[in-house]
Amino acid sequence: MSNVKLHVNGAIREVDVDPSTPLLYVLRNDLDLHGPRFGCGVGQCSVCTVIIDGAAVRSCVMPVSAVRGEITTLEGLAKNGKLHPLQQAWIEEQAAQCGYCQNGQIMTAKALLDKNPNPSDAEIRAAMDGALCRCMTYYRVQAAIKRAVRGTKVAGEAR
Amino acid sequence: MSNNLQLPKAVEDAVLGLDQASRRSFLKASGALVITLSVGILPGANALAAEPSAATGPYPDPDFLKLDTWIVIHPDNTATFFVGKTDGGQGTGTAYRQMMCDELDIAYDKTKLIMGCTDITPDQGGSGGSDGVERDGQTMRRVAAEARRVLLELGSQHLGAPVEMLAVANATIALKSDPAKKVTYAELIGGKRFNVALTGRNVDAATGTAAVKPVGELRVVGQSLKRYDIPTKVDGSLKWAVDMKLPRMVHARNVRPPFAGATLQRIDESSVADVPGFIRVVNRGNYVAVICEREEQAIRAARQLKVEWKRPAAAPFPASSELFAYMRRATPTSTSEPQIQGDPATALAGAKRVVEAEYEVPFQGHTAIGPAHALADPADGQMTIYSNDMKAYGLRDGVAKFLDMPREKVRVVYMDGPQVYGRTAADDAGFEAAFLAKELGRPVRVQWMRDEETAWDTKGPPYVYKLRGGLDDQGKVVALEYDACAVDHAHVGYNEPDTVLIAQLMGRRPARPASGAAATPSVMYAIANRRTTTRVVGLPMTWETPLRTGNLRDPNGPQVTFAFESFIDELAAAAKADPVQFRLDMLEQAKEDGVFRKSRSLAAVRAAAKTYGWDTRPSPRPRGDALRDKVLSGRGIAYTYRSNTIAAVIADVEVNRETGHVWTKRLVCAHDCGLAINPEGLRHTVECGMLHALSRALWEEVQFDNEKVTSVDWASHPTLRHSDTPETIDVVLVNGDPNPNRPDLPHYGAGETSHKPVIAAVANAIYDATGVRLRRPPFRSERVLAALKATIT
Repeated sequence: MSNVKLHVNGAIREVDVDPSTPLLYVLRNDLDLHGPRFGCGVGQCSVCTVIIDGAAVRSCVMPVSAVRGEITTLEGLAKNGKLHPLQQAWIEEQAAQCGYCQNGQIMTAKALLDKNPNPSDAEIRAAMDGALCRCMTYYRVQAAIKRAVRGTKVAGEAR
Repeated sequence: MSNNLQLPKAVEDAVLGLDQASRRSFLKASGALVITLSVGILPGANALAAEPSAATGPYPDPDFLKLDTWIVIHPDNTATFFVGKTDGGQGTGTAYRQMMCDELDIAYDKTKLIMGCTDITPDQGGSGGSDGVERDGQTMRRVAAEARRVLLELGSQHLGAPVEMLAVANATIALKSDPAKKVTYAELIGGKRFNVALTGRNVDAATGTAAVKPVGELRVVGQSLKRYDIPTKVDGSLKWAVDMKLPRMVHARNVRPPFAGATLQRIDESSVADVPGFIRVVNRGNYVAVICEREEQAIRAARQLKVEWKRPAAAPFPASSELFAYMRRATPTSTSEPQIQGDPATALAGAKRVVEAEYEVPFQGHTAIGPAHALADPADGQMTIYSNDMKAYGLRDGVAKFLDMPREKVRVVYMDGPQVYGRTAADDAGFEAAFLAKELGRPVRVQWMRDEETAWDTKGPPYVYKLRGGLDDQGKVVALEYDACAVDHAHVGYNEPDTVLIAQLMGRRPARPASGAAATPSVMYAIANRRTTTRVVGLPMTWETPLRTGNLRDPNGPQVTFAFESFIDELAAAAKADPVQFRLDMLEQAKEDGVFRKSRSLAAVRAAAKTYGWDTRPSPRPRGDALRDKVLSGRGIAYTYRSNTIAAVIADVEVNRETGHVWTKRLVCAHDCGLAINPEGLRHTVECGMLHALSRALWEEVQFDNEKVTSVDWASHPTLRHSDTPETIDVVLVNGDPNPNRPDLPHYGAGETSHKPVIAAVANAIYDATGVRLRRPPFRSERVLAALKATIT
């Protein structure tokens, strides 16, 4: 065990864990951040996705000691009590069924829009392809991303 | 835990999710204030002392014949509904609330709903069979209507006016003649009990004396209200079963046999002695689990533990590549009586043309996105299981038997979880957690690993089919023979203490394996001469095998509908008839039934064709110059019903001739489940049901050698992805009822019907595009390309 310092959702958190522990279990079990969930443990499904310095990262295969930079989890998307436009779009489109995978869908979409605020339909499909959903909410998830993109654009034009 | 509350803090957090004020009033109403009932005493009259705390058990069954079990009115004029159902993500919880709000005359946002917690919600069986809205919704409507009736009587007393002179809206009763004279539900009964008895021989029949409202008076039903659970699922605030933690909780991981039918020889505990946090290995028969203080430690220990296993004397099953040949020659474990209508032999002998085809469907798994999990707490000599089991009540009964504990000492707290579709009806992890918690005397959390879930979950049965049909000189179907064979022997039941995986591995066996079934098609076609035969076969090894069949979203419907509706398409092609018109002709000749399935089937098929923009012509599409095109496109239809709900699906596909890749560009579903409670929620469920089946059409297949499953993760067991998603999905809600405005229009189930016809619709569309008939899903590129190369020259 050793002390590991993490920057999570704007705060500094210290945990005493084995440095090889995957980040997922530290977030869930030590820091009570339940947005990222266990899906496969081998980086294939994206259910455990968090954003580290702008990149979507599979926390189930990332040793906690290897984390460099600011971690954002699903819980950290809302700012000042206001949902992120993607979260709002998810509600508008009613994108979830069971919702277990939706952390991976939203966080993967967030990383996409942060890099490319106006993706084409093909770019959305390509960027989201690793985010699996077994309720098959893909159609609504894509609709929600498009809605968030439009919303972002409208807000941008207003500024 | 707090002493003055009725529920332990953990349960409160898990099931209530209410704000502090309404939680307190809920707790009061559910125990702290108790009112005696005797005939003649008005409900809500005298409040008495508190009941003893239920925090430490036992947990008797809530009485479904008490109105108070179902509905609590709070002092702030809000209400909480208690129902014995669960929501697998289709928004049924929202639909239940809508139905109950309408009957109670209370605004939707003034209500909460608690589901599936065995000691506080009445046993409606949990979920399954898509009957929640259809059957249990009727019970919910009746009890809510009864609560309204009782409140009106109380209001009549309070306002000194007969009930006929009163109007109700938003949980407030007022004089019709003088709306200023009014009283709220809360003023009449807030925080107190109704003390009204219901009647009914079982929970489904539970009723008061009030009638439910006619459809024309429903205001909340029919609105596309947004699901109450989605905001908490997108901001990370919802606490799921997988998130539950308790003080002193430890983590377990299973160590599965590396091959089916393995016998444990030796466990070398010293192999995990160096794992930090290691507590112990638990072993009973061939069941092995490791327990550690932390989750990642348990995962490591389970991987590291050295266990010696002995192979069975004979191979437990054929390899997946040999499965269908095995099924065709296997001696059936059960055979149904042939069902014969008319004289199929003579009709076939006299037919102008006879068409024959065989179809195959492999094992397909649930492969839930989140592997099985549960937390069990053995505190106070009881057992509380936090679980996403869709059939929480069955889990409670099964665990009580499994652990030889009285039912009253076991309860299940239902919480949200990954998709269910039948998987959690045999809730292996719930049994394992409870067993381990009892062994350790500490709360134990279990979660399966990905490879474990994909290999060992329950699976939909594989099928081989043989169909023969005869056409007359007009191209009409005069005879049809249907023969189906399924591997479904020892089908795993609902939370049975002798068929869940841990019980099998411990050596428990039911007196007799479930016989299983091979199913028959659900269509309304009039075909005068028919012969239907079915049989079930088993694999060489019955128990302790990962190839165990259980219920997977309409357990047989996608397979059967694939074979039957593909064959109908083959008959249409042989008759050079348009596939839609060919089906309509057979439906037109059908007899109507009590739920108008003939006219509703006709309406659904017509609506699908109209929405799609179907042009009438036979399949395959005339290719002409298109033969040189790299991408061929085509359309296909399939139709079926499930119980009383009808679905007709049209798929529009593009097939890449060079790669074999199939993209379903568009899906159309015309769907009739009677009265739609929440149209948008219904559309989304229909969409996702279709895409789940599209995944089964294009990707899903359990692969195995002759002793273990080899498709164990998302690389070896692919699933539908974003890139496979259709560009357009159209869901048309039709109601083919001859009188859709009738006052008692029923609400039928919708969780599974749209899932059934998709594999067939895609196969028919591939045929339309290419002229190549694929008779075995999944239609992965390599299989499609091989078929194209073999056929198109």
